[in-house]
Amino acid sequence: MTEIELLSWARGPGLQIATIIFVAGVVIRILEILLLGRKANLAEAKGGEMSGGLRTVFTRTVPDRTTFKRSSVTIVFGYIFHIGLFVVCFFSAPHILFLKDIIGFGWPSLPTPVIDAFAVITIIALLGTLVNRLTNRVMRFLTNFEDLLTWFLTFLPVITGYVAFHRIGLTAPSLLAVHILSVELLLVIFPFTKLMHAFTLFLARWYNGAISGYKGVAS
Amino acid sequence: MSASLEKGINAFKRQVDSTVAAFFSSCVHCGLCAEACLFYTETGDPKRTPINKTEPLRRIWKSEFTLVGRVGKMLGLSKKIDDEFLEEWQELVYDSCTLCGRCSMVCPVGNDIALMIRKTREGMAAAGQAPEGLVGATTRAVTIGSPMGVKWPALQAQIKHVEEDTGLKIPVDVEDVEYMLLLSSMEIMNFPEFIEAVAKIFDKAGTTWTISSEAFEATNSGIQIGVSDIAAVLVQRIVDAADKLRVKTVISPECGHAYTAIRWDGPNLVGKAFNFKVRHILEVMDDLRKDGRLKIATKETRKLTYHDPCQISRRGGVIQEPRNLINMVSDNFVEMPDAGKMNWCCGAGGGVSANERADEIRLKVFERKKAQLDEVKPDAIVSACSNCRIHLEDGLEEYNMDIPLLSLTETLAEHLAED
Repeated sequence: MTEIELLSWARGPGLQIATIIFVAGVVIRILEILLLGRKANLAEAKGGEMSGGLRTVFTRTVPDRTTFKRSSVTIVFGYIFHIGLFVVCFFSAPHILFLKDIIGFGWPSLPTPVIDAFAVITIIALLGTLVNRLTNRVMRFLTNFEDLLTWFLTFLPVITGYVAFHRIGLTAPSLLAVHILSVELLLVIFPFTKLMHAFTLFLARWYNGAISGYKGVAS
Repeated sequence: MSASLEKGINAFKRQVDSTVAAFFSSCVHCGLCAEACLFYTETGDPKRTPINKTEPLRRIWKSEFTLVGRVGKMLGLSKKIDDEFLEEWQELVYDSCTLCGRCSMVCPVGNDIALMIRKTREGMAAAGQAPEGLVGATTRAVTIGSPMGVKWPALQAQIKHVEEDTGLKIPVDVEDVEYMLLLSSMEIMNFPEFIEAVAKIFDKAGTTWTISSEAFEATNSGIQIGVSDIAAVLVQRIVDAADKLRVKTVISPECGHAYTAIRWDGPNLVGKAFNFKVRHILEVMDDLRKDGRLKIATKETRKLTYHDPCQISRRGGVIQEPRNLINMVSDNFVEMPDAGKMNWCCGAGGGVSANERADEIRLKVFERKKAQLDEVKPDAIVSACSNCRIHLEDGLEEYNMDIPLLSLTETLAEHLAED
């Protein structure tokens, strides 16, 4: 297989297979949760479930003061790499062009130097997250194989994207093929790992807020 | 309670619903919950990280309720649950958690970890992995009617004393009244002043009330140990008595988990909405205050702070009421850092105080409360939970701190206007 063939496979069938697994997997996982259902609360309410749930979906994005003070390293690295991933993923010009090809519409991109800066910051924050995971007493205790695997598979598209953009080492088609394949790997593993939190955290936060809100507490 | 591993596993399975599945699906092992838990912050032991305490339930969820887990189970890859494993987790699930729910407030993905631990206890208890102290308290609650073995004649004797001291009649088994007062065994045995205080307040407010000789115990060991069947039996006793006396409102006394048990879990345990309301004594007093029926003659001069009992504040929703009441009797009320819904637990709720094995750790984790108190240096601590009160007194003694503990109800009664 030539590098052009590899790139075409990655951009064509590879992407299709990965997307199908990703979408089907996410749908199955969410149904798996929702179909379990939960019992209606028979106690007299002191507040609203819906309002409490929606409130917590948003408010839980910001930690309370004491928690921030006690876990600032984890929180700061976490914020940076999440924001960085989002920006690099959805606001770099090549990504928007790529997505426009598939979904038919695009949006304005950020200037290349800005994306480049975000990419470097994201890489640093992801490395920082890994060091924190391996050195923080609690995180090291909790860490399992899946945590390291998902870290690696999240890091891979960022670093291969950076390398491909700057054409370091291999030829352009090879670099691009490796980058796209790394994204496909992430998509395939996504629904079956903790990466699912990107979707399920909305359910979890809603339930948390609803349970507390029903009792009149803003969680 | 006959228990076995098989029963335990079935009980774990029954606990999995969409909330549990959403929570476990969302955990990213960030460890933030550890820093919210006094059993971690004061011991530095990572195995006491809240989410780690739910591991038995997580294993069941993963292997039985997820696609990947079921495939893994078929291939023999899922992590096993056996007696040895559960025994190892006992200390984490019961001794190192008061179900205070502080972790549930900080988890960035929104997991209600305290609820997950509460559910884990259901499986642990069914598997025969509950601590002896709690099993004893639960057995006494079912057979005698009180976890401390307090029977009606004991309460009758206390009522007689209170009547002699106050000259007020304590209504017993009176029908069609506004309120039916529940009490915790702790109040009956150690703090009968509470009954006296309620009698005075209701007398001045001109309220009708009663104590039921058939259901006076407010605490619910079934909730703490994690056996819903037993918890339901204990709730049903109260429901039967309240229905029989046709009371409008049942009052939960100064006890944290008793409030959760009857107010929030009660109707769900018996599977039926109540015909009466349930209110905490603080809510009742705050309503009387709003109606102008609670009048104060004198004020506290001491610098007061309020310890929020977890099950009343964070897990119960009674947060503003005690503050309204304290401000009525004090011009010198100071809040501890993190007060209110983010307050730190005393360290002995959720069955920890009934579990002798946890005596050492509950006093160790009191250091968190000590740090909070050191910040404000109050002359006295006001609270509204007898269990917190007993443990706070223990802790203060252990750390040579000389700060008196006051019940909010009793404090108000002391300052009541004569007419």
